Amino acid sequence: MDIIETVFLRNSLVVAFAVIGVTIWISYFLADKLTNGRIHGSAIAIALGLVAAYFGGVATGGNTGVADVALFSGIGLMGGGMMRDFAIVAAAFGVHLSELKKAGLAGVISIFAGVIVSFVVGAAIAVMFGYTDAAAITTIGAGAVTYIVGPVTGEAIGATDAVITLSVAAGLVKSILVMIGTPLVARYIGLDNPQSAMVFGGLMGTTSGVAAGLAATDPKLVPYGAMTATFYTGVGCLLGPSILYFLVSGIF
Amino acid sequence: MIVFGVALLSICLILGMLIGEALGVLLGVDANVGGVGIAMLFLVFASNSDALKALTQGAAGDGIKFWSAMYIPIVVAMAARQNVAAAVDGGVLALVAGVAAVVVSFALVPILSKLGNPKTPSFDSEEAS
Repeated sequence: MDIIETVFLRNSLVVAFAVIGVTIWISYFLADKLTNGRIHGSAIAIALGLVAAYFGGVATGGNTGVADVALFSGIGLMGGGMMRDFAIVAAAFGVHLSELKKAGLAGVISIFAGVIVSFVVGAAIAVMFGYTDAAAITTIGAGAVTYIVGPVTGEAIGATDAVITLSVAAGLVKSILVMIGTPLVARYIGLDNPQSAMVFGGLMGTTSGVAAGLAATDPKLVPYGAMTATFYTGVGCLLGPSILYFLVSGIF
Repeated sequence: MIVFGVALLSICLILGMLIGEALGVLLGVDANVGGVGIAMLFLVFASNSDALKALTQGAAGDGIKFWSAMYIPIVVAMAARQNVAAAVDGGVLALVAGVAAVVVSFALVPILSKLGNPKTPSFDSEEAS
């Protein structure tokens, strides 16, 4: 046992490559044999990843899913922000400038629309659950924007820790649902071209959710969605503790 | 040389991140504003430029394509390190707020796509028929 642990820990990133590679091989096999290719192999792989993350989190009590299990710590590095951003930028290789220009304005509008709509929905639900304090309502609304905007806003306007935790949970639910739901609804919302992918990225905003959701739908759409999604969190952090908070305090 | 492409990709990401970070400071926001998006624009410009052909074609281009192909495995690893347990533990309010935000945003995708480009829907229906 000791030998295994030593080797796995010392080569954690290499272990991650192997584990993820085998997971994807199994997923594509299942997609092909069980669903006849109706469900994309990467969608199954991402779902398996999320299930593993749940059990990893429950077993260790940590907050980085399966990466908290020592033997799989390399997955934390492989799936961390640095590698994610590096691969997303690489995915832009081969993107056509003309496609970006065509959807530019709609992309920008979608970022602001996305932040405001998610915020209003989250805040309305907070009110429905009986919250009457402007800081709490704003923070939960901001959590529905993304799980980064929630705590940034909450800390800026002095919300309680419990409310901030709640806002992170709301943002995580959103991110995970986008990962799973995107391939299922893609056909119905016309998500099959660069323009709608840019609008989608701007509306959803959660970089992880958009990245995984589009990868499971059609990898060619990823760079377009990611391009707008990466502006969303910044816009959310800008609007949340300022205009949106002022509006909410005006009402409550 | 493969590493030339990898270096170009790295430089694009670092420059984009620096600009995104600076934008955050300028706007007084505690976040990187669009660093990755700006980095992607740099790479798109570089790959469309004749002057940088040596860094984006042949073996150097393969260095970029490799990381582009590693995108899905990295996303799977990213899924495996999400705090799913916390999302499940968040209770009904977090669940309802998250789900509602996603459903409403999904519904807006076709509306805003039409707004930006009126031709898109007809293109879609042609494909469907």
